[in-house]
Amino acid sequence: MATTTTSRPGRLLIVLAVILVLLFGIMGLTRSWKPKLGLDLRGGTTITLTAKSSAGGGQVTADQLSEAKNIISQRVNGAGVGESEITTSGRNLINVAVPGSNQESLIKQVGQTALLYFRIVYDAQAGGPVPTPTATPTGTPSGKPSTSATPKPSSTIKPPSTPATTPKGRAWSSVLSNATPTPTPNPSATPTATPKPSTPATPAAELPKVTGDPLKWTPDATTQAAFAAAQCATLNKDDPNRDLPDKPLISCDKAGTSKYLLGPAILKGTDLSDASAGIPQGGFAWQVNLKFTGDGGKKFLDATTNISQRGQGQNLFAIVLDGVSISTPSVSGPIPGGQAQITGSFTESEARDLANVLKYGALPVTFDLSSVETISPQLGGDQLSAGITAGIIGLILVLIFSFLYYRGLGLVVVLSLAISAALTYASVVLLGKAIGFTLTLAGIAGLIVAIGITADSFVIYFERLRDEVREGRSLRSSVETGWARAKHTIIAADSISLLAAAVLYILAVGGVKGFAFTLGLTTLIDLLIVFIFTKPLVTLLARTDFFGHGHKLSGLDPEHLGVERLPGQMKPTARPAKPSTRKPVGGEV
Amino acid sequence: MSKLGSIGAKLHRGEVSYDFIGHRKLWFSISIALVVISLGGLFARGLALGIEFKGGVEYQTTVKVTSNTIDDFTAAVKSTNAHDLGDPVVTTVGSDKVRVQTRPLSQDDVVKVQAAIAKEAGVPASNVSRSQIGASWGDQIANKAILALVVFLILVFGVIWVYFREPKASMAAIIALIHDVTITVGVYALIGFDVTPATVIGVLTILGYSLYDTVVVFDKVRENTRAITGNNRFTYSDATNLAVNQTVVRSINTTLIALLPVGSILVVGTVVLGTGPLKDLSLALFVGIAVGAYSSVFIAPALLATFKEREPGMQALRRRVEAKRGGTVAAAASKPVPAAATATVATSEPAARKQDRPKAGTPVTSSRPVKSSTGAGRPQPTRKPRSKRGK
Repeated sequence: MATTTTSRPGRLLIVLAVILVLLFGIMGLTRSWKPKLGLDLRGGTTITLTAKSSAGGGQVTADQLSEAKNIISQRVNGAGVGESEITTSGRNLINVAVPGSNQESLIKQVGQTALLYFRIVYDAQAGGPVPTPTATPTGTPSGKPSTSATPKPSSTIKPPSTPATTPKGRAWSSVLSNATPTPTPNPSATPTATPKPSTPATPAAELPKVTGDPLKWTPDATTQAAFAAAQCATLNKDDPNRDLPDKPLISCDKAGTSKYLLGPAILKGTDLSDASAGIPQGGFAWQVNLKFTGDGGKKFLDATTNISQRGQGQNLFAIVLDGVSISTPSVSGPIPGGQAQITGSFTESEARDLANVLKYGALPVTFDLSSVETISPQLGGDQLSAGITAGIIGLILVLIFSFLYYRGLGLVVVLSLAISAALTYASVVLLGKAIGFTLTLAGIAGLIVAIGITADSFVIYFERLRDEVREGRSLRSSVETGWARAKHTIIAADSISLLAAAVLYILAVGGVKGFAFTLGLTTLIDLLIVFIFTKPLVTLLARTDFFGHGHKLSGLDPEHLGVERLPGQMKPTARPAKPSTRKPVGGEV
Repeated sequence: MSKLGSIGAKLHRGEVSYDFIGHRKLWFSISIALVVISLGGLFARGLALGIEFKGGVEYQTTVKVTSNTIDDFTAAVKSTNAHDLGDPVVTTVGSDKVRVQTRPLSQDDVVKVQAAIAKEAGVPASNVSRSQIGASWGDQIANKAILALVVFLILVFGVIWVYFREPKASMAAIIALIHDVTITVGVYALIGFDVTPATVIGVLTILGYSLYDTVVVFDKVRENTRAITGNNRFTYSDATNLAVNQTVVRSINTTLIALLPVGSILVVGTVVLGTGPLKDLSLALFVGIAVGAYSSVFIAPALLATFKEREPGMQALRRRVEAKRGGTVAAAASKPVPAAATATVATSEPAARKQDRPKAGTPVTSSRPVKSSTGAGRPQPTRKPRSKRGK
């Protein structure tokens, strides 16, 4: 092994050159020259939410977490914040990063529990004189928004039609029995106060609370008037008092083109136990399958019985998430058995979206606002420049130390660190592009700390090299034997560093991740550099007169090493005695 | 510098050596004392937990600091009448920053206080940085950190075991690691540095760093003790001691090289930013790396030697070595020394000295008559016969 590296140090250097050219070539092609900076370096708001399950032991499953993330993404995007980034971390954390430092309403909004209600549709109209162009045109299952005064359902809900999935089917019933029967108080049972006198400022909030059976509710004049006046563009979605189960609701669809006058909630999200999208056996069209909890199933049967008796065009209910009507299916008959299907002209993604929304609404998950960090652009800039300054100073100090102690070999350290820096920079930039890695302050700290780890690999090697020379080897052979031993030590030590970085990355929270990531990344780069740059470079340098003959400034001069002369350099006075004790090495002795 | 180089050479050849292993009782005592003091400090004083662990709101903004700054800002914050405000803590950072900490507030109050601070500082509200932490957040961070610590320790135990094929190496490394973390935490408790999540990152990073150093020393130990039972010149402790001496220059260099960038983060972080994650992280690293360097030289190898010397094979070796030394010492000088520093620079003088070294180490720890007769001043009686024989 030693022999091959001895003979072809140039080859490894070419490999390295190719890697560098490739990395920077990709950077050039994708025009990405700067790393993606975290919000703590450029200013912005970072919100950390802890998801908690309200049922069970407070544990959230991975599925629940990713659904929760989706819904929070929708909320953030709905708030019209550009460039937001929502990630999950650990088993129960959701991080929301948005630029800008005045995000009060967003902060309130993202932490809300998802509100999913089923409500009866009493009226539907065009959303307003000017259709708002801002809303995200996602695959709303409601299809074409109805603009006529008569609600036109684009989808229907009915009992499961496939014989294979009869209500008593085993798969269904097992799920149903597993579902935690959250005791949902019937909305009608909620004790209510007398309707507040209306104040015309916010049309939605003033709608009177409803007592009695929600199925029997009909809009009064105030509500009708409010509905007539409402426009989707001005509906205040942030008002926490708007979407309450015991109040009627004026709601728009996602696109903001239709508005609906909805009754009080007939079912809550927690009455659902599961929802899924799929194509039924023997069918062709996508549909959404619903399963209700035992209690929910009964309520749903009552509701569908009632709704289906209403006339055509009135037999609709709306699925409302966070105040937005996601879907308005029609009901043609009572649906018993705790499960149902929503059919319509769904595309696959529309069906999946709707199923996700329903599932999410069924999630017994609440959020704790764990931390909100708002960094002003100024402080962000300060932290960035402090990080860079510290890095540069640290680098210079290490270089000074290397030159003082290793003299000529310090050159190797400089070049190695320079190549290492170039590789690290390219990696950070490209990882930012490829997997959205953002460089945070902790990440920068990791990079700086890694200077020490990288330089230490050289220290291990150089000390080994010197030891070999002290033991009487020629410089050229010391380069090889020293390397053969040093590399095991370097690999072992770097593995420990990597292990630490990996454990930190996987287990720790928040800023630790960025730190661990850069630490691990630079440890890997360090290994690469030592193997394909530092070692070959030293091999090449050992062939030069300056280093090979131990020039005073080379760091390998006899005096510096504390030996009387470099072996193999002068007359072999001391030679003959010992080669026998060592195994022969690839170089000449 | 060349002096340092020649010291390195002498250490390598064993001409100069410090009996790290022989003095282990001293270093163990020092470490035990440090650990006890650290634990005492930790329990008596506790840690100065930052707001991230207690929950609350922290604001920071730029303002020209005057002697009235603290009073002005305290009054401004109090005038908001935020619910459950408590006593806001206002501190100035350097000459141009002010920091306000309050208890956890409602979202509306958070904004009110921010506006009040912005008004007092005369800057737009968006120039006030704030961080707002829920009360349970700190527990989560702490729990995760402890989990990471435990998982890491278990993994490391396995990795070192596999790498050195020696569970005792794992034991020694882990004990040294726990020692490092305990003392670092103790320093935090005693000096009263703020503990923030960044500090936790720092302490967790020390794990990797301290082990890194220890692994390098152990690697040399392994090399020196390969086939050690095949000879009867060195005990395990001798070989370990030689390894520590041979790697001590590297350990010092490594520590310096590690501390240089960390120190620059610490200085720049403190001077430019005053306080914040950079300072907290680098402070923990600085303390931890220094303690880690100490333990990887003085504690971990000595522990390893102590554990290994209990093995029957090693005890037999020790008996043979002692017997050998008691008897034919003169013969030893002419024979080549197998394990440690075989190839010499050939002149007869260093070769002779090389024989001294193992002897220097062993009688101190091994020869029973000396041990029983004297306490602390052990080395001296043993050195005399050696120098006589060597020359």
